[in-house]
Amino acid sequence: MGDYIIEMNHIRKEFPGVVANDDITLQLKKGEIHALLGENGAGKSTLMSVLFGLYRPEKGEIRKDGEVVNIQNPNDANDLGIGMVHQHFKLVEVFTVLENIILGAEPTKYGFLTTKETREKVLELSKKFNLMVDVDAKIEDISVGMQQRVEILKMLYRENEILIFDEPTAVLTPQEIDELMKIMKNLIKEGKSILFISHKLNEIMEVSDRVTVLRKGKYIGTVDVDKTSIDQLSEMMVGRKIDSIKKNPAKKTDEVILEVNNLIVPSKLHKNNAVNNVSFQTRAGEILCVAGIEGNGQSELVYGITGLEKISSGSIILNGKDITKMSIRDRNLTGMSHIPEDRHKYGLVLDFNLGQNLALKKYFQEGFQHNGFIDFGKIKEHSEILIDLYDIRSGKRSATIARSMSGGNQQKAIIAREIDCGAKLLVAVQPTRGLDVGAIENIHKTLIKQRDQGKAVLLVSLELDEVMDISDRILVMYNGKIVAELDPKKTTPQEIGLYMVGAKVQDRFKTVGGEA
Amino acid sequence: MLGLKSKKDTSPQKTITEISELKVTVISSVVSIIVGLLFGLVFLFIIEVIKETPDMTNPFYGFSNLMVEGFSSIRSIIKVLYKAAPLLMVGLAVGFAFKAGLFNIGATGQYTVGAFFALIAAILWQFPWWAALIVAMIAGGLWGLVPGIFKAVFNINEVITTIMLNWTALFFVNLLFYNNPGIYESRERTMNLAVANPSAILPDLGVSDSYFNIGIFIAILFAVVIFIVLERTTFGFEIKACGNNKNASVYAGIKAKRTIVYTMLISGALAGVGGGIQYLSGTVPYTVTSTTLLPMGFNGIPVALLAFSNPLGIIITSLFISYLQVGGEAMQPVYSPEMVNIITSVIIYFSAFALIVSQLIKKYMKKRLGGDEATEETDVVLDVASEEVNKISTPKTPEEGGEK
Repeated sequence: MGDYIIEMNHIRKEFPGVVANDDITLQLKKGEIHALLGENGAGKSTLMSVLFGLYRPEKGEIRKDGEVVNIQNPNDANDLGIGMVHQHFKLVEVFTVLENIILGAEPTKYGFLTTKETREKVLELSKKFNLMVDVDAKIEDISVGMQQRVEILKMLYRENEILIFDEPTAVLTPQEIDELMKIMKNLIKEGKSILFISHKLNEIMEVSDRVTVLRKGKYIGTVDVDKTSIDQLSEMMVGRKIDSIKKNPAKKTDEVILEVNNLIVPSKLHKNNAVNNVSFQTRAGEILCVAGIEGNGQSELVYGITGLEKISSGSIILNGKDITKMSIRDRNLTGMSHIPEDRHKYGLVLDFNLGQNLALKKYFQEGFQHNGFIDFGKIKEHSEILIDLYDIRSGKRSATIARSMSGGNQQKAIIAREIDCGAKLLVAVQPTRGLDVGAIENIHKTLIKQRDQGKAVLLVSLELDEVMDISDRILVMYNGKIVAELDPKKTTPQEIGLYMVGAKVQDRFKTVGGEA
Repeated sequence: MLGLKSKKDTSPQKTITEISELKVTVISSVVSIIVGLLFGLVFLFIIEVIKETPDMTNPFYGFSNLMVEGFSSIRSIIKVLYKAAPLLMVGLAVGFAFKAGLFNIGATGQYTVGAFFALIAAILWQFPWWAALIVAMIAGGLWGLVPGIFKAVFNINEVITTIMLNWTALFFVNLLFYNNPGIYESRERTMNLAVANPSAILPDLGVSDSYFNIGIFIAILFAVVIFIVLERTTFGFEIKACGNNKNASVYAGIKAKRTIVYTMLISGALAGVGGGIQYLSGTVPYTVTSTTLLPMGFNGIPVALLAFSNPLGIIITSLFISYLQVGGEAMQPVYSPEMVNIITSVIIYFSAFALIVSQLIKKYMKKRLGGDEATEETDVVLDVASEEVNKISTPKTPEEGGEK
């Protein structure tokens, strides 16, 4: 068994009150792509942080080429040839590609940078591994896919042998994912070994040789990809069988719930408009999905509709009423619910208890307050009902401080509160972000149920799987504009991907101010 | 038997943690005070050791005087209560703003303006005491309103505006002082109220020392009202929501800007009443100064911090600080007044570490309770830890103003 380049044996890592890794063994063969599979919170990141020297394990050993090594910090890991592409890139935006690659390992002569040789070395590497980058471009000007290639080049420049990819596909379009898969296979041919962290089963099936599955901090098993199936892997990951979502076809109605006309929302980041002349309608009984790569105006579109940001022009009509100039509370009362993108920033007052958070949009209504005095008994009663109805798990029921709840249950609480408002329109932004498979399934079912009850759901999602699975109609946003309206039954993720990167624009959206 | 009927009932654990929330607050305040006192004692030793002729009995003499004086006689107790009243008011002012996430470092300015307008109302306008207090409240409130509007409309940090308005308040008051000869006795201090308008002096309670007035009771009444507002009303709910998470409040439809303006208005009004209570006691005239801000407003900061901004807690902490000040006076003449100030400041300073102590206690409890709650927290543990660090470090800055 001497052919393992890295072995992590019986690793145990505890945080106060939590065992993040419990007796986990991971063996990476030389020249293989080894996937590490698990849900959020399964302990993948902790395990990789142990390997990378960010955490010290309580128990267990790490071996490199059969010899026990002591990794105290990332520098030790680097010396051993271990490199990592983080999920969120660690690049200096205003530096060029080349500067980023050499950063931290700058070659110098008499204290001066020797960029000429470095440039040649980087160009050579990029040719050898087929990683096309413009070394003189600034990071802020290049695409996310290219930024990732820069991260890979960084590892290669440091002559790392063991490459860790932490959820590398999360930020990529389908085309870029295909490209990355090719790159990974290429790297293996050149003798590198790869650890590939993911929770996307089809990618693992496509690219990796073996998979190690973790669940809730425990080691579940290691299997050869050739000898397993997606179903088996998903069962190993979740611990039970996952039903595919059954969706009745949408009951078509002509009742327009939300109408957005020529909406323009200025950007806080740059001079251009974040949302540039967008018009569409959402009808009762449909899930309308806005797809797109992060930062193409979807967030601002929602801020404009919900009133969190001022719009510069356009009109918004909800249930036949013009809400363009209404306050947020009046919009809510007119019939708008909003599951926000960032549940910690917007969705919850983390230091309030669950009961108060569930009443955040109701506390001012008669019944919850009398003459300005809050009826805390009523708030508790109200929350107890929602807690049971939506199965929100919390240690102390309505008295639980929201901060101490898990992400999935925090999200359940927000959804419970928003649906309880009984609004005709439900705006849901990334409602499944960072949640595990079980919770995602649950939320999807809830959204579909809302649709079936005749509500209009406006879903903003970055996950193409989600878009394909539950939407009835898809709008693709690129650069602040809608570039396509698609029927999920008649399109493919690849086609959506082309619209998402702006490579294609439907004819009807080419003219300024097109209608959807 | 408790868990027989519903499987979700987690009663035993519930009681443990529910009690502990309040307990942690109280314990950490008490521990901080003890630690503060110990530091005070150590400090006394240190200054003794570095003297040319150390006398090791001095620290014990000083410390025991400091500790005992506040209880030593009815007269001292009355003095503690009398001094606590304005402290309580500024403590409430600072604490109330804290609840809305605002750091009102301008309590001293609002206090000054409130004090002076109380005197203007009393001396120039011949108002009775209660009307003069209302004038003080309005003046202080307006002085708090300005930074509130700047914060809400232009998002200008209230720390900057309130600090600037502190000095503006001082010179504004000086200007009014010199332009209204009717108010002053000499060019340094205002007229004695007993001469100028006896009806403006807060009613005393008929106890031997005339300066034992109803001030402390007015202050306690305010504390109770503020407590009810914060804990029972929709307005208080909105204030706390804004203080904890402004974005979420806006998202939930709360008019955060309006809440900020109202909060600063009320906060300023509370400090203004504090000024009124102090100067309508009839025992101290307002003395013109152009080099130092009145320390009273700053003392409100440790008072509020030590009580975790809880209005009822502020009643107790203001009494404690007042007790230290009265005790400090008894350390003279062995220690100079400046030295006494330093020592009481050291104690207040370390007492304000209550927040850190409470975090330590919580951490310890988490470790001990561990397993039960931990499982659902797996993925948030790190987030929480880092946020807790932030929580400790943010309110720590106020201590800079905690000088006496």
